[in-house]
Amino acid sequence: MSSISNPGLAYAERTENRLWLVQRMSAIVLAVAVCVHLATVIVAVQGGLSAAEIVSRVGGSLGWALFYGVFVVAVGLHAPIGLRTILREMTPLSPGATNGLMVAFAVVLLGFGFRVVFAFYGMAGG
Amino acid sequence: MKVSIWRGGKAGRFVTYEVPRLENQTVLDVVTYVQRKLAPSLSYRFSCRVGMCGSCAMTVNGKPRWTCRTHVSKVAGGGTLEIAPLGNLAVIKDLSVDMRVFFDKWSKAGGAFKGDKTRDDDFARIKPADKRRRNANAGIECIGCGVCYAGCDVVRWKPDYLGPAALNRAWTLVNDARDTGGPARLQLIAGENGCLGCHSQQSCQEHCPKHLSPTASIAGLKRAVSVATLKGRL
Repeated sequence: MSSISNPGLAYAERTENRLWLVQRMSAIVLAVAVCVHLATVIVAVQGGLSAAEIVSRVGGSLGWALFYGVFVVAVGLHAPIGLRTILREMTPLSPGATNGLMVAFAVVLLGFGFRVVFAFYGMAGG
Repeated sequence: MKVSIWRGGKAGRFVTYEVPRLENQTVLDVVTYVQRKLAPSLSYRFSCRVGMCGSCAMTVNGKPRWTCRTHVSKVAGGGTLEIAPLGNLAVIKDLSVDMRVFFDKWSKAGGAFKGDKTRDDDFARIKPADKRRRNANAGIECIGCGVCYAGCDVVRWKPDYLGPAALNRAWTLVNDARDTGGPARLQLIAGENGCLGCHSQQSCQEHCPKHLSPTASIAGLKRAVSVATLKGRL
């Protein structure tokens, strides 16, 4: 028996909870992905950094394409949700304007991110 | 010793008083001296004087503190004291603030114990080493002084945010095996004005005179809300 009435959450409240959860889960993905990315960068630049070296390592690789695909999705979800919270707390922007801006921001991040991922996948690698 | 004390309401000002410096003297002693000897109209709140009741919290040299157990020697390094009402709460007069919003939020956060047993039922048997009991124990010594609430940046930015004390209280009940609040309480404390609004800046535990960690309690609530959301209970 529950003594506190349980009316269920309004749609807006449920959406806020889910956005928060998506940001938390994407943060977990990013925590791993950023470490892999930085470790790779540190290892890769030992012999000097060149475009040819990067293409030979990443170009045409399905594994790297999938890894950076997941990375881009995580960034595309994590950054706009976090920035949305900051804008809502720190600026007088209306909730609608904030949401619109952040959807556009997500589209830009995902667009640029996947453009790079697909471009590298399309290149002949080593 | 020169002591500046806030006089008036929101639009008040600091008034400076000269108070004798004693070897063993709390900030509350100073305020009481001013009220009894220098400014009888000074309004302030206190009760137990021994750190139990949570009545006497004020802003001392810029930080929220319990004044009855704050020694002048600890906070007046420069030889001056500035005593103001608690932040994030409406000033009634001088050093007295309106605590209603603070305690209303305890209610909004489902802060009341909800049980389904009667006096005819047996005692709940809970081992002291039980993990949930230890979680609850870590938070139950709160005296409701409002220091954490006054020190919380999120409360300052978002006046509807429930705040550390109310959420800490909810966490003790979430971990109480006898409580029947369940997912309904999680609904009350989730959301951007609930535990999800906390940025883990830890001002609450930095200032808490009882050395509790509302930040840890709120992190626990976030985990509970995450699990409940994933399981479709929220």
